[in-house]
Amino acid sequence: MALVISDMSKYVIAVFMAIFTFESFIAFRGRDEEKKEGIYTRQVICMFLVHFVSFAAICLETSDLSYIIFYGFQQILLFATIAIYRVMYKDVSKLLLNNMCMLLSIGFVILTRLDYDKALKQFRIVAISLVICIAIPYLLKKFRFLDRFAWVYAIIGVLALGIVLFLGSLTHGSKISYTIAGYTFQPSEFVKIVFVFFVAAMLAHSKSFGQIVITSCVAAAHVIILVASKDLGSALIFFVVYVAMVFTATHNYFYLILGTLGGCAACVIAYKLFTHVQVRVQAWRDPWSYIDGKGYQITQSLFAIGTGGWFGMGLYQGDPTSIPYVEADFIFSAIAEEMGVIFSICLVLVCLSSFIAFMYIAMRLKNEFYRNVAVGLAVTYIFQIFLTIGGGTKFIPLTGVTLPLVSYGGSSVLTTIIMFCIIQGLYCIKAQEGGRHVKVKEDD
Amino acid sequence: MSKSKKMIDEFEDDELYDEEPLPAKKKKKNGSHKKDKHKNREIWIVTYIFMFLMLAVIGHEIKFVYSDSEMVINNSYNPRQEILAQKNVRGSILADDGSVLAQTVRASDGTEKRVYPYSNLFAHVVGFSTKGKTGIEYLGNMNMLTSNASLTEKIQKEISAEKTIGDNVVTTLNVDLQKVAYEALGVYDGAIIVSEPSTGKILAMVSKPDFDPNSIVDTWDSLVNDSSSSVLVNRATQGLYPPGSTFKMITALAYYRQNGGDVSNYHFNCNGSFTYNGDRINCYHGSSHGSVDFATSFAKSCNSSFANIGLSLDLAGLEETCEDLMFNEDLDLKFTTAQSKYVLGTSANSYDIMQTSIGQGKTQITPLLLNMITCAIANKGTVETPYLIDRIESYNGNVVKSFSPQEYKTIMTEDEAEFLKEMMTGVVERGTASKLKGLSYTAAGKTGSAEYSADKSDSHAWFTGFAPVDDPQVCVTIIVEGAGSGGEYAVPMAKRIFDTYFQSKGLN
Repeated sequence: MALVISDMSKYVIAVFMAIFTFESFIAFRGRDEEKKEGIYTRQVICMFLVHFVSFAAICLETSDLSYIIFYGFQQILLFATIAIYRVMYKDVSKLLLNNMCMLLSIGFVILTRLDYDKALKQFRIVAISLVICIAIPYLLKKFRFLDRFAWVYAIIGVLALGIVLFLGSLTHGSKISYTIAGYTFQPSEFVKIVFVFFVAAMLAHSKSFGQIVITSCVAAAHVIILVASKDLGSALIFFVVYVAMVFTATHNYFYLILGTLGGCAACVIAYKLFTHVQVRVQAWRDPWSYIDGKGYQITQSLFAIGTGGWFGMGLYQGDPTSIPYVEADFIFSAIAEEMGVIFSICLVLVCLSSFIAFMYIAMRLKNEFYRNVAVGLAVTYIFQIFLTIGGGTKFIPLTGVTLPLVSYGGSSVLTTIIMFCIIQGLYCIKAQEGGRHVKVKEDD
Repeated sequence: MSKSKKMIDEFEDDELYDEEPLPAKKKKKNGSHKKDKHKNREIWIVTYIFMFLMLAVIGHEIKFVYSDSEMVINNSYNPRQEILAQKNVRGSILADDGSVLAQTVRASDGTEKRVYPYSNLFAHVVGFSTKGKTGIEYLGNMNMLTSNASLTEKIQKEISAEKTIGDNVVTTLNVDLQKVAYEALGVYDGAIIVSEPSTGKILAMVSKPDFDPNSIVDTWDSLVNDSSSSVLVNRATQGLYPPGSTFKMITALAYYRQNGGDVSNYHFNCNGSFTYNGDRINCYHGSSHGSVDFATSFAKSCNSSFANIGLSLDLAGLEETCEDLMFNEDLDLKFTTAQSKYVLGTSANSYDIMQTSIGQGKTQITPLLLNMITCAIANKGTVETPYLIDRIESYNGNVVKSFSPQEYKTIMTEDEAEFLKEMMTGVVERGTASKLKGLSYTAAGKTGSAEYSADKSDSHAWFTGFAPVDDPQVCVTIIVEGAGSGGEYAVPMAKRIFDTYFQSKGLN
């Protein structure tokens, strides 16, 4: 009977995920937030059902009581998050809150299925992160002078990355992390935010050519350290974020074109210089010839997605653990394999919806620093998703980055939660700003 | 673009509503709107760029699952096949009339055995699934491992702790034709393909030497170690042979193209051999054909005349014709094929040109490609994609998926196909394949006797052709290794196959 239920559950999950996704785009229509309450409520219901049905399948399959308890804790955490954030900040973006919780719950489901211990660890980190980050919107509202510390951000960023380069241990052939008291930190994750703050502050201060040159030098320092650490995925993210931020802040198409051309040139040079880049490009172009070696990961990922098909093989019915680093770099393929390609596409669309919500607040903000921050975080978020999903589906070469909020990895999930909370803070600031703005006008 | 503009406008409306519209300040506000609009344009651009990128990734994923994944997942490196094999009993392979070609039999103790009722008869084309997977066992692997039994079935099976039964693969293969082809080839090594030119269906595919797939596990070591006869290779799709005189079809086509579709001016006087620059080309067994025109040269398969024709050809044109006919490329088919080779180049010496134009030299062709070219001639210049799997059925006969004929490529014009058909009819009427003359059906074809070693007495016998001429229904390609001349050895085999085909159709 368990098989039949897990067989049916995948269709149910896909349907509710599709409804959730649909609502996450419908939510962009219209201005009246109160009228949208229904949308958000339906989203929460869908989220609950996806999570519940998934765990029903997991519990039936494992027949282990501890999974039910774990499920209970997850459910409490997710609903508490939604409730508390809503109560504490009435201007919070409910769409973004729902999207964040949905992505977290998908992460919990698939991690529980892949590796119970890792899922527990991830759950603890998420819970702590959510509790800590609840202060972020408040702090952001309170401290209105964050744009004054451009150089502090620059020094923190370069130092943090530099230290890893010198002291870091070797993980996957790239020096990108160090371990303290059993927890592995990946500073490049946190530096992403600091870097965005740095660029945002510099460009809010001045957009003169000289300022751009100085900012570019510091940004280049970040990127070069990352390249030296062989963390090319992060290097690429920093670069793209920088170009996008300069372009939107200066309104100058020249920088967009220059950045794009420069990026392409840099990629060609990286390909010529580094053998590990060549290896990844070869593995991408023809993984089948290297199926035993460098093409193994990507071919296993394609087997997972392809064998799963539109509705997936059902939880526990596939073989996602055959993909190396499945919990971090290939979580998307595991989801596609067992929960279905349709589900996985919905997942990408939910990420896209979050990105649009990020950009939406950027457009509505008057303060230039905040605008820059929102654009920077939005691009950081979506481009990382592009790299990981594009890599897993053989659209682009593999870069080995995580799927934010879903993948296993404490640094990654904490960083992304901070990012979402900063954006929530900006939504709150906008609400305040809007109010004050009208008043000032009337005083004129 | 218009959509983006609309969205920007909508957004502007939004801003308007945010602030109180005071009539006195309206003008100023509009001004500030323009500025806002300008301010946000770049953010919109960045938003669209990334939306586009993400939609591209989604599109790529959909395309992969929709069209590419079926091939990809059927890879022996995909461990998920084992998972499916544990859940489902591997389905059967059936002939076009439902005869079982391969099935999994479960013993009372639960052990499974793959049984091939026809033993050696379908060895290569059906393949085996124990020592790796080949043939249709490979092509339909995922289908047979997947079960489309009804949900109630599945529930029942699960309750009684039984495995579900996987889907069946119904092939295009015909047991009668396969039998006659297999018997016709007799003790010789070689290959035979029987296909339907209008659809691309493969009706029979024989390769010899063969093996018994029932005992493949036991005989495996000796089969693999026997490098001289390469038993496991399916010669029909992967065997590379010198085309011999069958290549004259291609030489003729190149000549026809170069002479604007008119060969009536061609004449040649054959005295059994042709010498040019001190190099000599002999006709088969040195027979002299006398004064011949183009059609007679083709019908009699006159080497001297074709060496002469070859020398008059523009080599770039010949190469282009060969490439049109799919030489030097990997065929885009689901089953494994070898690449046929045409390597003459454009600066070859006269001896190589003469040799190549009569099908000797370094040119190599698979029986499959020759069959496809012949099918194109029979089918007005268009090759239909050769296929072996007609449909997938659930074990109780519900069709899960059916495959319909698909055009592969048009490799010559209708006029050119008609010309070659006429030439090939001549081969039967008054040439080397006269054993097919005067039967209840009409046939057309080309013979070949390909020399493959310095020892002149050995040659592979070729025949490729179709019947009936006016409305080709069946196309046969035969290679008999080391037998002798095509007319003597291959043509009678073709006759047996055609006879059987038309008998079963009730036309004989």
